[in-house]
Amino acid sequence: MNKITYREALNQAMAEEMTRDDRVFLMGEEVAEYNGAYKVSQGLLDKFGPKRVIDTPITELGFAGLGVGASMTGLRPVIEFMTWNFAILALDQIVNAAAKMKYMSGGQYSCPMVFRGAGGSAARVGAQHSQSLENWIANVPGLKVVMPSNPADAKGLLKASIRDNDTVIFIENEINYGDVGPVPEGEYIIPLGKADIKRVGSDVTIVAHSRMTGFALEAAKILAQQGIEAEVVDPRTIRPLDEETIVASVVKTNCAVVVEEGWRFAGIGAEISARIMERAFDDLDSPVIRVTGKDVPMPYAANLELMALPSVADIVEAARVACGRA
Amino acid sequence: MANRLAARFKGRHDSQQYFLVGVAMSAEQKSGITHEGDFYSEEALHEMHDSMLFIRRFEEKAGQLYGLKKIGGFCHLCNGQEAVCVGLNSAADAKDYMMTSYRDHGHILARGTDPTAVMAELLGRAGGVVKGKGGSMHMFDIEKNFAGGNGIVGEQVPIGLGFGFSSWYKEDGRVTVCIMGDGGINQGAVYESFNMAALWKLPIVFLVENNQYAMGTSLDRASAETQLYKRGISFKIPGIKIDGMDVLEFDKRMREAIEHARSGKGPMLVEANTYRYRGHSMSDPATYRTRAEVDEWRSGRDPIARLQNQMIAAGLSTEEAFKQKDKDIKKEVAAIAKAAEAQPEPDASELWTDIYSDPIEGAYPETGKVY
Ligand SMILES: Cc1ncc(C[n+]2csc(CCOP(=O)(O)OP(=O)(O)O)c2C)c(N)n1
Ligand SMILES: [Mg+2]
Repeated sequence: MNKITYREALNQAMAEEMTRDDRVFLMGEEVAEYNGAYKVSQGLLDKFGPKRVIDTPITELGFAGLGVGASMTGLRPVIEFMTWNFAILALDQIVNAAAKMKYMSGGQYSCPMVFRGAGGSAARVGAQHSQSLENWIANVPGLKVVMPSNPADAKGLLKASIRDNDTVIFIENEINYGDVGPVPEGEYIIPLGKADIKRVGSDVTIVAHSRMTGFALEAAKILAQQGIEAEVVDPRTIRPLDEETIVASVVKTNCAVVVEEGWRFAGIGAEISARIMERAFDDLDSPVIRVTGKDVPMPYAANLELMALPSVADIVEAARVACGRA
Repeated sequence: MANRLAARFKGRHDSQQYFLVGVAMSAEQKSGITHEGDFYSEEALHEMHDSMLFIRRFEEKAGQLYGLKKIGGFCHLCNGQEAVCVGLNSAADAKDYMMTSYRDHGHILARGTDPTAVMAELLGRAGGVVKGKGGSMHMFDIEKNFAGGNGIVGEQVPIGLGFGFSSWYKEDGRVTVCIMGDGGINQGAVYESFNMAALWKLPIVFLVENNQYAMGTSLDRASAETQLYKRGISFKIPGIKIDGMDVLEFDKRMREAIEHARSGKGPMLVEANTYRYRGHSMSDPATYRTRAEVDEWRSGRDPIARLQNQMIAAGLSTEEAFKQKDKDIKKEVAAIAKAAEAQPEPDASELWTDIYSDPIEGAYPETGKVY
């Protein structure tokens, strides 16, 4: 299997879908002539021309709404936000329009489209450019929220997202863009709403998404050296959440750690741990433990930044506590 | 009635069209009214008149039903603004796209949507245009290319931009008429949309219904530039101001604006000067304006009375005939309200439908299971 980067995998997914379906177009800031702020759209302008790969002014709310309107008339917009921090300016169109258009119109209009871009904390860029906001958006009915943790998932999930008939919020990870991994060529589709067990284990369940999946896998390696077999579950789709896979794992291991880069308050971890409590209370030997980003705006200094984020060591420690081996 | 409102005012022709269809007859020989060189046939005029009157009586009925607590929530009536609704739909093609704010009853009726379905929507009934899920502010009719019904002030403007983009992309010859209020035009998203629409020469007419107030805020208290048609200047969008109380004038000038957009010259901004007779919504006693001001518009410039006077002067109808027509329409509206009220509320299962097009089996909570 070809080994390519997460960035190239996303690029491949878009190129293949644009070749397959001429209703698909890519729009955003610097996506065309600049080849993407993070080079995800490298070469697409040359391949598909300026009608289908469109540079916009810096006007997030405006072009998000353009995508909503275009999707309502049968086009398949892929709207790129340079990062999700900037999508905050476009939230009205995402939350008030795309998410509820189908419901409000009694099923007449729907918004089959993808909003995608880099999310999560980046490196040394300070508080406004480094945050995880997936919990905001995952709270909204009508949206699907997808967050790939490796190159193969990036490709398979993006292709599925572009084909999906609903609005998909596709949150990439800036730090993962350069990660290399095996990616199947051509038709490779990962269905939305299905979690993936990234590592099988019987002692403790670690649920982690996006960049934290990699952290969890590293923690699992360390735990294995200590005689603890961790099962790492990557939800991949945050909404709708594949509760079954998570619960089945907890029923097997009887304890769980939920990891996320974002803030603790009303975070994704809070949601997942509540569901584990609702569905697997009797199977739990210990309380679910959340490992999250610290409840502070992201600082700039290297040492403080590291402290603000979950670490592999944090996950190892939490897992040991959860399974009673601290 | 549905049929009458749906008609594209086929009776309207200009003299050129007469020759095109080979009817060698001048406008003067046929009964009608010539307005600024455009001929409006008797049938077309009656249709415009009846549509405006129908909208007014429909809104009054909605107001009554609101008073009886049969209609809930927010309910924004468009009394006084009927010429804009009707003139616009006379000017636009059936294939053209349209979207507006929450003040949407008149527009969707003028578009030709079944009035019983509109009334049923107001009443939250199963047979409502959007199955009782939207209410007064969220009217949609995809068949009529009517895309809402938006409760967030200005939100429909970037969406309209997308409809216009789509027509540019598909080269389908449609024009999008994107309607907003004099308050709505102050939203930032409007200028983002103006910029992109002009940059890419999209086929869009931005129509501002300037009814002089945004809730209780008069135009001059909210806008540094009160000539709203000039708001597109820095985007090189040509703007015109039209008397929105004169249906013939509005139809004519709106047609020119739509033609401009359709011909590939890019967007256009139209300001319709109009007035809402009622409060902003049903809960608004409108104490921020004087009785004299309201009267000046109501009795001096009313669009329905104006057309009636023109038609009577042209010998096309009489005061008595209009009185009878009004009675008939009131009866019709009463029957529509009765039929809509007789409908059941939406089935409980509707709570969980229309969330996703591709639902994911077994995923919580979208299956509707509650623990
Ligand atoms: C974003 C947003 N802000 C505020 C409101 C509350 N609001 C509803 S209507 C309205 C006034 C809008 O006036 P205008 O655009 O002139 O339209 P009109 O009601 O006169 O038709 C306001 C402030 C809202 N619905 N959405
Ligand atoms: Mg107003």
